[in-house]
Amino acid sequence: MAYVAVKGGREAIEQACRLTEYQRLKGESERISVAQIRDQLGFLVDRVMGEGSLYAPELAALAVKQARGDTFEAAFILRAYRTTQPRLGYSLSGDTSKMRVIRRISSAFKDLPGGQVLGPTDDYSLRLMNFDLVNEDEQANRLAIKELLTEAGITTPLPDTFPKLVDLLRREGLLEETDRSEALISDITRQSLKIPASRSAALQTLSRGETGGLLCLAYSNMRGYGSVHPTIGELRVGYLPVEVSHPHTGAPYCIGEILVTEAEIISKSYNDAENPKMTLGYGLCYGHNETKAISMGVLDRAIQSSGPGSPSEDQEFVLSHVDGIESMGFCNHFKLPHYVTFQSDLDRLRKTLEEQDNG
Amino acid sequence: MAEQQGGAGGTLSSKTLTSYLQETPPAGRISTTNRFAFLDEATKMEIRRKTLKAVAIPGYQVPFGSRELPIARGWGTGGIQLTLALIGPEDIVKVIDQGCDDSVNAVNIRKFIQQVCGVEVTEKTAEATLIQTRHRVPEEPMGKDQILVLQVPIPEPLRDVEPSEQETRRMHGEADYSSIWLRLYEDIVAYNEITIGARYPVLVNRRHIMDPSPIPRWDVPLLHQSETLYLFGAGREKRIYAIPPHTEVHPLEFADHRFRVERFNQGCMLCGATDTYLDEIVEGSTAQRFYTCSDTAHCRARQEQQNKVVAP
Repeated sequence: MAYVAVKGGREAIEQACRLTEYQRLKGESERISVAQIRDQLGFLVDRVMGEGSLYAPELAALAVKQARGDTFEAAFILRAYRTTQPRLGYSLSGDTSKMRVIRRISSAFKDLPGGQVLGPTDDYSLRLMNFDLVNEDEQANRLAIKELLTEAGITTPLPDTFPKLVDLLRREGLLEETDRSEALISDITRQSLKIPASRSAALQTLSRGETGGLLCLAYSNMRGYGSVHPTIGELRVGYLPVEVSHPHTGAPYCIGEILVTEAEIISKSYNDAENPKMTLGYGLCYGHNETKAISMGVLDRAIQSSGPGSPSEDQEFVLSHVDGIESMGFCNHFKLPHYVTFQSDLDRLRKTLEEQDNG
Repeated sequence: MAEQQGGAGGTLSSKTLTSYLQETPPAGRISTTNRFAFLDEATKMEIRRKTLKAVAIPGYQVPFGSRELPIARGWGTGGIQLTLALIGPEDIVKVIDQGCDDSVNAVNIRKFIQQVCGVEVTEKTAEATLIQTRHRVPEEPMGKDQILVLQVPIPEPLRDVEPSEQETRRMHGEADYSSIWLRLYEDIVAYNEITIGARYPVLVNRRHIMDPSPIPRWDVPLLHQSETLYLFGAGREKRIYAIPPHTEVHPLEFADHRFRVERFNQGCMLCGATDTYLDEIVEGSTAQRFYTCSDTAHCRARQEQQNKVVAP
C-alpha cells in the first residue's frame, strides 16, 4: 500500500522558510544596508512606497531588503505593516501648486510661465552600460559632487513654487472644469470600492496601483485600443507639503513634506459638441515614478469615457485589476492545493463522458 | 449608514493622538504582536457589524473594508479577518484546508492565529468553537455553539455568466437570475449533465443565489437547515456573507434534472468509510487509483475507533 503524505506540513513550512532565508544569506558579498537601498535604489523604494500605499522610505527600503528586491512582495510587506497602524486622522487636501519642484516639464508648450525645468532625469542619457560603476572611485565621486554643488551655487536658485499650466488653460476657458461636487472624499482602505466609483475612490485606487499594471492598460489605450490622445500638460516632481488642521487651534499646520510625481494629461474632448473643450486626466503617486504618474493620468481620463469602447476605458475593468497586491496574491494562490475541487471536476467529466457513451 | 467616509475636515483630534500613544508598544517590541488578534479594535468592530448584516440577510454579499494581512490576498484573508474579528481568548480553533489540518496553508494560517491570539488549537471538529476552512465542510455534524468560517476566492455566483460587478449587483437586487439558470440548462442540452464541479450555486432563504465557496457538491446539503452558523469571507473581493442556522439552502436544480453529489465507487482505503468525501490518489508505479478520506481528522478518529494503527 502506498504511503499517503498528509502529515508534515508544519515542518515542511519551517524548513522552507529557513531555505528562503538561506537564499538571501548565501552570497559572499557584503550585506546590503537599509540606508544603501534607500539612498542608492531610490526608484525602487519609491515604487514600493507607491504600491504599498505608505510613505515611509526607511520601511520601504527594509521591505525591499527583506523581499530580496521583489517589488510585489516588498509592496505587500509594506501594505501589511500599514494595516497594523492606527488611523490618526486625515490631512488637509494637498495643493500641488505649493510643491517644492525639482523637475517640471510640459510637452504642450515650448515655453510656459516658470519655464521648463528638466531636473534629474534619465530621459536624455544614453543607455550604455557604465562599466565605471563596477568599481567606483570614491574620490572621483566626491569631486563630482563638489563640482556640481559649486556650479549650482552660481546659477539662480529655483523659485519656491511654479504656476500650474492647467490653471492658465482653465482661465482661458479651454479646459473642462473639474467636477468638485463630491462632498466627502472616499477612503478605499475603509470602504470597499463601489462601482461606479467616485472620482476620489478611483484616483486612490489608481495611485496605489501596480506600476506595470497601470502601464499595460494605459499603453493599450495610447496604442489604439482607446480614444485618449494624451498630451502631457505638465509633469512635475517635487516635495509636497502635508498639512493637517491643528488639534487645538484648527489652523492648517504643516507636518512635513512628501516626494510625489504629478502628471496632468490633456486630452481632446468631444463630450459636448456645442462647447468643445480639452479634458484633463490626473495622475499622482508617491516618490519619483513618471511612468506610473503618466499612466495613471491617461487611465483617469480613459475611465471617464461615457461609452467605454475598450477595456482601459471601462472603469470597473481598470479599477478591479490594477492592484498589485491583490492580483499577485490571487495569481499565486493557484499554487495552493486544489485537490477537492479538482476531484469534483473529475467526477463531472467522468459522468459527462459516461453520459455520452450511453447516449 | 454613510457609505463614504473621509477627510474633508482633515482633523487630527488630540483624543486619537492620546489613544495612539497608549497603543504604541514598548521599545523593542513588534507592534503587531502587542494587540490581541492582530486587527485594531475599530476594524474588528466594522467586521462584526458587517457580519451581523450578513446574518440578517442570508446569502447577501456585504461589502467591507478588507484590510491587508501579512498573508497574501487569495490565501484566505477574508476567512482570517472573520476569525480574528470573532475570536476571544477562550476560543478553541481548528483550521483545515482541503479537509486536512496539516495541509501547508492550514498550518500557516493556524500558526498566524496562534501567534497573534495565543488561543488553544485542536484538530477535533467537536472540540473546536471556531473552525476556519478552505474548500470543505467537516464531515462530523457541527453544533449550535460552533461557527464555521469559509474562505472564499470568488464570492459572486453569477461571475461566470456576468463579469461586471456593477451588473451582478443589479441582478441580485432584482433577483434577475435567468442567466445562471440558462447556463445550467445549456449544460444539460450540450452534455446531458450540469458540468459544475465545486462552487455549486445555491439559493439561500428563497431569495439570494449564493456561491458556497469551492466546497464540493458533497458538502452542499450540509448547508441546509444546519445547526451551525456559516460565515463566508472574501478578502480580496472584500465581501462577507452568511448562512445563519436553520436557513433554507437549496442547490439550483430542475424538477427533471436533480442536483447530484460526487460519486465514488470505492470506500476510504484507510478507515473504510463509504459515506465521506474522498481524495483520489494515483499510485506512481502501477497507476492504480485508490481513495482516502478528504477530512483527515474524521478519518483518523474512525481508524482509532477500529483500533487500527493510524497512518502517518
